[in-house]
Amino acid sequence: MPTETLSLSAPPNDPVVGLKQRLRRAERRRKLLYGALILPLALFLAIAFIWPIAALLKRSVDNPEVHGALPQTLAVLKHWSGDELPPAEAYAALTRELTAIRGTPELGTAAKRLNRETPGYRSLIMKTARKMPLDDGVDPQGALMSIDSRWSDVDIWQTIKRTGSPYTAFYMLSALDLTIDADGDLAATPPEESIYLDILGRTFWMSLIVAVCCLLLGFPVAYLMANLPQDKSNNLMIFVLLPFWTSVLVRVAAWIVLLQNDGLVNQALIALGITDAPLQLVFNRIGVYIAMVHILLPFMVLPLYSVMKGISPVYMRAAMSLGCPPFKSFWKVYFPQTLPGIGAGSLLVFIICMGYYITPALLGSPQEQMVSYFIAFYTNQTINWGMAAALSAVLLAATLVLYVFYARRLGASQAPAGR
Amino acid sequence: MNAYASPLERAWYIGLRVLVGLVLAFLVLPILVIIPLSFNSDSFLMYPMSGFSLRWYEDFLTSPSWQQSLKNSLIVSPAATIIAMALGTLASIGLVRSDFPGKTLLMAVLISPMVVPLVIVGVAMYLFFAPLGLTGTYTGLILSHAVLGVPFVITTVTATLQGFDFNMVRAAASLGANPVTAFFRVTLPLVAPGVISGGLFAFATSFDEVVVTLFMASPQQATLPRQMFSGIRENISPTIAAVATILIVLSTLMLITLEALRRRNERIRGARTA
Repeated sequence: MPTETLSLSAPPNDPVVGLKQRLRRAERRRKLLYGALILPLALFLAIAFIWPIAALLKRSVDNPEVHGALPQTLAVLKHWSGDELPPAEAYAALTRELTAIRGTPELGTAAKRLNRETPGYRSLIMKTARKMPLDDGVDPQGALMSIDSRWSDVDIWQTIKRTGSPYTAFYMLSALDLTIDADGDLAATPPEESIYLDILGRTFWMSLIVAVCCLLLGFPVAYLMANLPQDKSNNLMIFVLLPFWTSVLVRVAAWIVLLQNDGLVNQALIALGITDAPLQLVFNRIGVYIAMVHILLPFMVLPLYSVMKGISPVYMRAAMSLGCPPFKSFWKVYFPQTLPGIGAGSLLVFIICMGYYITPALLGSPQEQMVSYFIAFYTNQTINWGMAAALSAVLLAATLVLYVFYARRLGASQAPAGR
Repeated sequence: MNAYASPLERAWYIGLRVLVGLVLAFLVLPILVIIPLSFNSDSFLMYPMSGFSLRWYEDFLTSPSWQQSLKNSLIVSPAATIIAMALGTLASIGLVRSDFPGKTLLMAVLISPMVVPLVIVGVAMYLFFAPLGLTGTYTGLILSHAVLGVPFVITTVTATLQGFDFNMVRAAASLGANPVTAFFRVTLPLVAPGVISGGLFAFATSFDEVVVTLFMASPQQATLPRQMFSGIRENISPTIAAVATILIVLSTLMLITLEALRRRNERIRGARTA
């Protein structure tokens, strides 16, 4: 290798230092080279994943509609105090711009955006745009006011100014059922319009119930598997892994078949005399809970098992040999050692559940839909991307906070397992 | 369990096993229940069955929309898996062998597609790829599935590399192998089980993916899960039970392969530490 010949010709006064330096340099170069192997993937994810998500989050504060449609009007309104009617140039600019964009989709989106701020604005804009262009020499201010008297209303102009800024907190605030009232203060959305806190609360609540159910069912399974001989626990593990590997859609279909009105579960309940008429078990919350617990249970069992596998049996034996009754020593000695696993498993199930879409969409009624459903709804159905982005931002923030928590927990829980 | 156990301990011993048996039955029975129904001769998905028939498999094999979706899945999932495996394996070697500030953070970012809720990924990619003309194309769908598969390759391959002795690469180099030869002749065969199981995870993820597909695919690219999704939503027919049965067989095969790989890996590790 060339480096070796170089090291032979190093300054003779201190060959050791020279060699060390060279070695360190070679080592650094090697590490850099290996670091370069990460680049293709990092680039790929940056373009195909990080960028799209950043762009989506930016949409939650984007406000391009009015800003893009009426730039000249906004430029005039910028210097307007907002107390009395805007100057005549504002009327002139608005007429010019409405003339320019009438009949284009730009006008429609701007009108829709203004209407979201002040109901009735859409028809006002459309009505005015239909009367464009004005005849030559007509005074724009008088003409607009005669088309609709609302053009002599200061509030109507303030709405244009307010919605004309390129960024807005409107969607983010709406996602938390907040709004800015006429005085510019933060206020709660009127109760009949506030739905998002409800949806967020429901999402959290349902995820919590699913996580608790998974813990109650998963704990005994993990405990038994961790305390059986390896070959037996490997066999039990297959029962956990088979559903884990089975398509979620297969499992959803299976639950519909089982839980439907004349499905096996209802047949069994009637045969056992528990109920006379079939119970409604699917397309409501019960169905969603059952399927979600079924889908997420392996995510609880696996981390619990790995933690319990690392718990040495000597502590329990020590406690019992010192006279502690079995159940008490289980509760006081064994159980506290499983807490990292409980934390990791519950957080994992909670995180996955919070972002779930398929199960509520296929097995739930509208009352079971969580945040994910509304993000999809605003994207596909009402094309309100700002709202979809704002709800995404809230869901993503909640997920990431819990994930950081989870990563810390996992770090703690893997230490004993690795011992 | 010994002869001196108190009745309470005996009850605990039996009770625990019964409870675990019930939970495991809850996990596995629903999946098994759908299999016989795919052979039912009439079109109701309920017991008791009226007779044996393969007509629903025939329906699956002859219906153009199911065939198209199967074809789409067999195009998209392998392609996405190959991209995720190639990029993920390279990056994993880089991650394990290099050292720089912020490495933990970078690792967290690389596996973040596993954490971000799928609906957010779907909406973000849809809005981003639509202006580029990539929504409703195989390219766009494959790229989005590759993103989702990457974290599984990274986690499994880095885990395998933790137990990899890099002196082997040094030995290869000292015997005159250039880095590329050393990679293909020494490193890759040794970490192959990790790469393959990572690939299987990535494949399974893509093969079962429906949420991002809902946003990214046009009806022409509808994959098997996408077709099942609309099938379940509209009217759940025994053909779905037939497809489900095929998918259950497939996932069982994947599970067996993975288990064999895991045992092989364990054996090699055991042999080395012994």
